[in-house]
Amino acid sequence: MEFRYEIEGGNFSRAGHASSAVKKILKQLNVDNRVIKRVVVALYEGEVNVVAHADKGSMLVDIDEQRIKIRIEDTGPGIPDIDLAMQAGFSTASAAVREMGFGAGMGLPNMKKNTDQMRVTSEVGKGTQVEMITWFSQ
Amino acid sequence: MKVRELIEKMGLRLFSGELCLDKDISGGYVSDLLSDVMGNAAEGQVWITLQNHKNIMAVASLKELAAVILVKGQAPDTDTMAHSIEEQVPILGTDQEAFETAGMLYQLLNQ
Repeated sequence: MEFRYEIEGGNFSRAGHASSAVKKILKQLNVDNRVIKRVVVALYEGEVNVVAHADKGSMLVDIDEQRIKIRIEDTGPGIPDIDLAMQAGFSTASAAVREMGFGAGMGLPNMKKNTDQMRVTSEVGKGTQVEMITWFSQ
Repeated sequence: MKVRELIEKMGLRLFSGELCLDKDISGGYVSDLLSDVMGNAAEGQVWITLQNHKNIMAVASLKELAAVILVKGQAPDTDTMAHSIEEQVPILGTDQEAFETAGMLYQLLNQ
């Protein structure tokens, strides 16, 4: 099953909509609650990253019996140094975004921690792609 | 303890979500960083924060928190309240600071 959600850059009032929709689907599919809890963290952080940093993006979710595959891609500034971006506490978020309690440099680390596999690719000036896979049973 | 009893015992304001006060409280979490709550709070906890914008409800709902307590007299905007009702996570409030609020909640949950 494939689902696709558009994410609007800069629009914080809609941040979380896509994640919430995917969570509902996983619940309906009776996926193990512990798995849902982890996946939801990764989904939300990925969605917020697009809202906070990119012009626009999309979340593509592919679910089969064994796993959920999430691909989040955006058109935006890209990440010059992915290793640095993966470090907990490193952030390029604006002061306004930080004031809302985002931009603490925990997004990408949270995503990595809560998925089984994660791959980030990016091109500066063009955009970023994040692919995450989580297996339903170990 | 249920959210309803917590409101009564702590003298909290109820901003929204009066139809979902029968949730059991499993504990508390204090943070104003949304990613921190996202990564570390657990289902059924009460989240103490001074953030009052709409995004707190997305986090509270995704994490299935029992309620949010806004400290220092903060009030949610209409959007945040609408989201709270939709997601069935009550928003409560107090004039006290996070320290006192957390202390009181801790005491109530551990007596």
